[in-house]
Amino acid sequence: MGEPLLVAEHLTKRFPNGVLAVDDVSLTIAKGETVGIVGESGCGKSTTARMILRLLSPDAGSMQFAGEEIGMLGRSRLRSLRAKLQLVPQNPQTSFNPRLSIGSSIAFNLQSHGWEKRRLSARIGELLDRVGLGASYSSRYPHELSGGQLQRAAIARALCTDPELVVCDEAVSALDKSVQAQVLNLLVELQRESGVAYLFISHDLTVVEHLSDRVIVMYLGRVVEEGPAAELWRNPAHPYTKALLSASPGAAGPRIKLEGDPPSPANPPSGCCFRTRCAIAINECAIERPRLRETAPSRRVACLRAEPALISAP
Amino acid sequence: MSTAVAMDERTLGATLTVDDLKVTFANKRQRVEAVRGVTFGIAPGRTLALLGESGSGKSASARAIMHLDNRGVELGGQVRLGDTIVSALSESELQKVRGGLIAMVPQDPTASLDPLRRVGAQIVEVLRVHGIETNRRAARDSAMNLLSRVGIPDPSRVMRAFPHELSGGMRQRAAIAVAVACRPTVLIADEPTTALDVTVQAQVLELFSELQAEVGMSIIMVTHDVGVAREIADYVAVMYAGRLVEIGSVDDVLERPAHPYTAALVDSVPTPETKRGELHVIPGRPPGPGDTPQTGCDFAPRCKFAIASCMTMPPPLVPVGTGHLAACPVVDGLVPAELAGVAV
Repeated sequence: MGEPLLVAEHLTKRFPNGVLAVDDVSLTIAKGETVGIVGESGCGKSTTARMILRLLSPDAGSMQFAGEEIGMLGRSRLRSLRAKLQLVPQNPQTSFNPRLSIGSSIAFNLQSHGWEKRRLSARIGELLDRVGLGASYSSRYPHELSGGQLQRAAIARALCTDPELVVCDEAVSALDKSVQAQVLNLLVELQRESGVAYLFISHDLTVVEHLSDRVIVMYLGRVVEEGPAAELWRNPAHPYTKALLSASPGAAGPRIKLEGDPPSPANPPSGCCFRTRCAIAINECAIERPRLRETAPSRRVACLRAEPALISAP
Repeated sequence: MSTAVAMDERTLGATLTVDDLKVTFANKRQRVEAVRGVTFGIAPGRTLALLGESGSGKSASARAIMHLDNRGVELGGQVRLGDTIVSALSESELQKVRGGLIAMVPQDPTASLDPLRRVGAQIVEVLRVHGIETNRRAARDSAMNLLSRVGIPDPSRVMRAFPHELSGGMRQRAAIAVAVACRPTVLIADEPTTALDVTVQAQVLELFSELQAEVGMSIIMVTHDVGVAREIADYVAVMYAGRLVEIGSVDDVLERPAHPYTAALVDSVPTPETKRGELHVIPGRPPGPGDTPQTGCDFAPRCKFAIASCMTMPPPLVPVGTGHLAACPVVDGLVPAELAGVAV
């Protein structure tokens, strides 16, 4: 792994309604790397992303970005941080102001980071060119663009301040498959040009595998497994990861069936949070919360039973 | 007429046949032809996937089979179920067909279940309206059975629950219980798993297969997901811009596509072998409801195989193999695998 860009440690967030959305999550993103987070709804992947963006404050834990502690930054320092840390949201229809042209929306972003007025239009034209729209889109309004075009504009807006990390929260999930492929290729191309790192969050496992260097699997607010994408897909170690990957339509091999729904994050089970749906759970799983431990270089698993000898057990 | 040839190929021994179905949404200002002459049939106990992207007309076709939309909708063509011409029925006769012979599972069960009534009461209502159970008590027992049949672990609790008290997966199971309550001949499922997590999606798809084996119903599965179609369907019908571009067995259509659009759609989904940044893409975007339809092939502006004649005349669906039809005269039956997509 290269030089660490973002180091988040022991992030925890409990919402006022008692839901423990993120429970002691640590993650590292290196410069120019793509880290994927997968997990089902309610697993805490979006909450984790929102804390990293400092849109939410963590209850506990620390975050360093490019060596600087960012967990407690004040407003003005936060603003300069945000130039380096941007978001491509799931639904561009609701993230663009419908009454501003695409160019004005991007200009708003640039000006809030101190760009001079006279340099704006050249910069906006260049950005829209880079995402394959062309400068003429600057005067268009959000409703005039298709979903795929608008998502390209959202990417242009995210890149306008030359960020080092872009969080893509379900950024391609709303797009048709043929358009999704275009946007995924664009993200890769931009990364090769600029060396930006991505935190890529999606429920679509094939997309995450395709795009990510490393993948983090979350379940009920916790990290249950992490590792290099290709290895994780080839040989998942945690029983939840195995079930998740086998459930993806078109996945090879026999499907591991999970019974029922995930438990409520307001009242998680004792010990291992997955034990209530796990086929290989033993009594100890209810007592002790499994630590994330290294099973192979750069592979970490939070499962008492994930020993190499047991990994192949159903 | 080309439709007649196509009909024979596609409707032999079919339970449900749809012939030259047209759906036009019209208001004072504009007319949108959402479905422009779609013909297919489905055999008993089989599953047909209607595959397409947003705006392709797949949902509009499915809804038109049941005459679900009335206001501002013009329907054309014929829908036949056994000896009944569904498209000629009056509204009151249709009421008996809907939920009885043909039932529907929607994408979003929160929209189809009544939020103000308990789940149990909603199933009991379906059973009694269609005369399956006349006795209230017996209807309750059947409803309970149905809920446990669709894999709800605690049916007596769910009977008393309101829809909002259930998880997404449980709600979709409840909606499926309502749909299969009268043992329909045809079940139409409109993206029934799109809103669900993958592990729950896997459970629900398996449930469809189990219920089909038990009840013997035909299933029309509307989906945008090639993976879902591959998993559940016997036959796949691919729609683009309101027309069928290809139809045939799941293996023929998805493994040996004969239309460039099908080939490109299958190819735009990453596989473990796809190199990063080299996903096959289809340039441009699917036509939207406001776009003027092409005079020729609808896919021609995005198609790398297009030749001059593609721009002038819409290609008919023609047989390219046994029970396999495609609407592309240029590729002549099989899209060369290495040329299907365009790496950009």
